[in-house]
Amino acid sequence: MKIFRGSGPQSPTPAQASPRLTRRSSGLGELTRVWDAGENLCILDLGSTSANNIRFFTGRGHKIYSEDLLVASTDASLLTKDEEGNPVLDSRKFLADNLVYPAAHFDTILCWNLPDYLDESLVKPVVGRLWSVLKPGGMLLAFFHTRDAGPDSPCFRFHIVGPDVLEMQRIVLRRETRRGPTGAIHTAVSDGFQLQRVFNNRHIENLFRDFASIKFFLARDNVREVLVVR
Amino acid sequence: MSAPSVGLAQIGKSVVIKGELSGSEDLYLDGQVEGSIALKGNSLTVGPNGSVRASVEAKGVVVQGKLEGNVQASDRVELRKSAVVTGDIATQRISIEEGAYLKGKVDIHRTEVK
Repeated sequence: MKIFRGSGPQSPTPAQASPRLTRRSSGLGELTRVWDAGENLCILDLGSTSANNIRFFTGRGHKIYSEDLLVASTDASLLTKDEEGNPVLDSRKFLADNLVYPAAHFDTILCWNLPDYLDESLVKPVVGRLWSVLKPGGMLLAFFHTRDAGPDSPCFRFHIVGPDVLEMQRIVLRRETRRGPTGAIHTAVSDGFQLQRVFNNRHIENLFRDFASIKFFLARDNVREVLVVR
Repeated sequence: MSAPSVGLAQIGKSVVIKGELSGSEDLYLDGQVEGSIALKGNSLTVGPNGSVRASVEAKGVVVQGKLEGNVQASDRVELRKSAVVTGDIATQRISIEEGAYLKGKVDIHRTEVK
């Protein structure tokens, strides 16, 4: 597993608008078949608040829960130190404030690219909590970069626009505008969320070892889609 | 959204209220409210400076500021781009602008037209 461990975002402000890219998702296609066959399902979306996603699920008669865990992980009060004095995030406090749901509550959880960008100290505790709030037989979808991804890989938010089609929108947390020496206006964009690691297949299997089954889909854009079943 | 129109009940940004707030007219709230808000048949607008920590029951709810609490709107909920909402929303229709933040459930229930 490649680890990049960059510094997190400095200003946890909501995402701003940026152009959208379209990609087909095999994992989403499989889940859509489940959603179309089910009634009054509970879905947890762990990405940025998306009007598209809310409309997609409520239009099918399902309940959608929205919780942006990446933004939640930027809470300054989470900063603490481990036994060796290294800065880490307090996973207990994080789980006391986030992902607070009854056990076996959700039919589907959409992680998107969360594990790749979440702070190291939170990944395993969060996956453990997700297992507990997922119903037996429930499914979780997550995206992982392949080994070709570098630390500057942009972080995207995902909007469902079709049964197996996603729009990806680069997350922009900070946009700074300055006037240069010639008087021209320059705009610098800060992504804020840095790719923390690249998992290999074995590490992904280990991360989801408490789940009953795991399925991999490899896409052309060097993203592995992973569908796990509790 | 621009400033509220004339004839609308208003709570200015310097006002702080703790308790139960109820009424039979539309309300524009730009201050702080903690407790509960009941405006059955009428609309609530939380202005950009508004900070609400309360359960809300109204016909329509528009949020531009901060709202922490569950929302029950018999008609419609609008989250504007500056909205920060933590709580569950139950309504017939919902509109969410790019940039709005929601942590909670959205439950749409449509009333049958007889």
